[in-house]
Amino acid sequence: MTIKELSEIKETYIGERKKELEEGVVTVDVHMGTCGIAAGGRNVFSALQGEIERLGVENVKLRVTGCAGLCSMEPMITVHLPGQTPVKYGKLDAAKTREIFYSHILGGHPKAEYAIGQGLEKPQKRVEIE
Amino acid sequence: MISSVSKIAYCASRKCKFRKPIDVRSLLEKALDELGYRGRIGLVETECLISCFQGPSIMFLPGGKVFQVLSEEHFTETLKGFFASLQHPTSPLLSEPRTEKEIPGIEHLDFFAKQKLIVLRNRGHIDAEAIEEYIAHDGYLALYKTLTAMTPEDVIGEVKLSGLRGRGGAGFPTGRKWEEARKYGAFPKYVICNGDEGDPGAFMDRSVMESDPHAVLEGMIICGYAIGARKGHIYVRAEYPLALRMLRTAIDRAREKGFLGRNILGTGFDFDIDIYPGAGAFVCGESTALMYSIEGKRGMPRIKPPRSTESGLWGKPTCLNNVETFANVAQIILNGGEWFRSIGTAESTGTKVFSLTGAVKNVGLVEVPMGTDLRTIIFEIGGGIRGNARFKAVQLGGPSGGCLTDEHLHLPVTFDSLQDAGAMMGSGGIVVMDDTNCMVDVARFFTQFCVDESCGKCVPCRVGLRVMLGTLEKIIVGQGEPSDLALLERQANHIASTSHCGLGQAAPNPVLSTLRYFHDEYEAHIREKRCPALVCVDLIRFEIDAEACKHCGLCSKVCPVDAITWQKKEVAVLHREKCIRCKSCIRACKFKAIH
Repeated sequence: MTIKELSEIKETYIGERKKELEEGVVTVDVHMGTCGIAAGGRNVFSALQGEIERLGVENVKLRVTGCAGLCSMEPMITVHLPGQTPVKYGKLDAAKTREIFYSHILGGHPKAEYAIGQGLEKPQKRVEIE
Repeated sequence: MISSVSKIAYCASRKCKFRKPIDVRSLLEKALDELGYRGRIGLVETECLISCFQGPSIMFLPGGKVFQVLSEEHFTETLKGFFASLQHPTSPLLSEPRTEKEIPGIEHLDFFAKQKLIVLRNRGHIDAEAIEEYIAHDGYLALYKTLTAMTPEDVIGEVKLSGLRGRGGAGFPTGRKWEEARKYGAFPKYVICNGDEGDPGAFMDRSVMESDPHAVLEGMIICGYAIGARKGHIYVRAEYPLALRMLRTAIDRAREKGFLGRNILGTGFDFDIDIYPGAGAFVCGESTALMYSIEGKRGMPRIKPPRSTESGLWGKPTCLNNVETFANVAQIILNGGEWFRSIGTAESTGTKVFSLTGAVKNVGLVEVPMGTDLRTIIFEIGGGIRGNARFKAVQLGGPSGGCLTDEHLHLPVTFDSLQDAGAMMGSGGIVVMDDTNCMVDVARFFTQFCVDESCGKCVPCRVGLRVMLGTLEKIIVGQGEPSDLALLERQANHIASTSHCGLGQAAPNPVLSTLRYFHDEYEAHIREKRCPALVCVDLIRFEIDAEACKHCGLCSKVCPVDAITWQKKEVAVLHREKCIRCKSCIRACKFKAIH
């Protein structure tokens, strides 16, 4: 592999993300480190998956990522709506996740009751806006 | 944006019906029937769609526009208008929900704002199983830079310049270790990543391996290039199944992309990594024991020198570093040693990841620059003590560390700063304790842990720790004598000065530090036969304080053997002959009236 191929992988990825954003794809990071799974992260994940299948929505993408650091607030998710600041939610269960799914992920209205904060941590960048 | 409507979701929660008793389903069915859309537009029943303050909500899918149904009148016309224009309906019958209260930005939350992320920069942000995401976040760029533009000496020079010290606890300068491993001419050489994190209350390495495994791999490959090794091993506890899975996937992906294997990045450098799941012995976190374990022998530390950089795994030069150390390497190469040096203190550079647990509000992983004081970590990032309890002690460094009190909270945390106070930073476990913890019991817990985990090679650790545990247990059951405190101290000093490896040398630290700072608590156990924190069950008298008792009867309700009788407006009465000393009443009492 050369530097060209390395930057190609990067650019392909960024290109795909940009395209997704233009198509209005909402990305939901479910934080499933050991702490998240222990607190019930799998229930949150399957609740989201179940709702996506039930409604047949195609513009919501689920991603499994690791622990976001705040283990006492697990299970956590981060909702990235195109063109909006990402919102972190904590202490979720299946029912709360469904509420977030409808009001924020589909409806675009963040659910402030369950939110921890909005934005990303310092060195983290959204790849697509670099 | 609404281009077409394929489904309509409607809220079926009772909350909405309560606000306005509209049967949305039949209303929608009727409207769709009249408009001739029946069968073409599906109806989906959902839970609460949005904070419904005016009436039940409906949502158009795809797109997710939500409207609240305010009235049954003219519903069909409004819907028709909507379908015709695919615009926001202007009719007052439907309204958009009001905006909610503000969500605070992460930069205003102490937990996130006061941290500085280097090792954890990708936490919760990238999918660990997708190597593309790691690459998109500048992953493997440092490896490329290393292999194409730097000599091994340059790499070692940069790491030395950065001042990076081993994050496993001992704090040995990483650059010097690499230099030594490079110096020896024996081949093959090995790189080992120590992921055998066994301290009670520590989970930093697990999180790094789970959420950013490629950062560890990249650090290892760079180290392999620097010291001239072609083979790396990652030793991970078998208790970390997710970390094992993530690392395995990461290694497979890295091999596919050509970051591992033969001729990496076309530079002719060969390096490969495999994983050794540990069988769960705490002592295998010690470097020489770990190497024996990989060789298939019994995990026991050996006498140093020779250091493992000279004669390690299979008797060959071996460079062993902690997970967190390796995770720092790529950033040092990318941003330069000077940059890393500018963070932290002069002697301890960079950041340190701590796992903050115990009685704090925010339990989690905390990465702060070296030299941050304990008060910032516990009270600002950790959010203070949970519940109404009072801060009592903080235990740093696992079973090898010590307990500190609030008079030490101003101390900066670096490799060397806590040693005078009798504690150490160790690998980064911070356990915060409130006033419901008995320090004698804490000392006993850690001693018991070390007794269980002692490998049995040397007498002071194998026998001495057990004797010391016996003394502690004597105190805990109320048979302690005043001479026991001096005895305990003597035993602890003996073990510390004569043990063979770090486990035994550091094992008495919890006892020594609690003896130093919580002497009165030991005294109370021995002289007054009383446990101030009401933990040691043999020293609790199980008496009800008639003055403190507020006659609530909670104790009587929770007692599993009905040993407490209570009548309204009267002090509860505890019958000792029935009591099984389970402490349920003590936990239930809100007024601390039982002791």
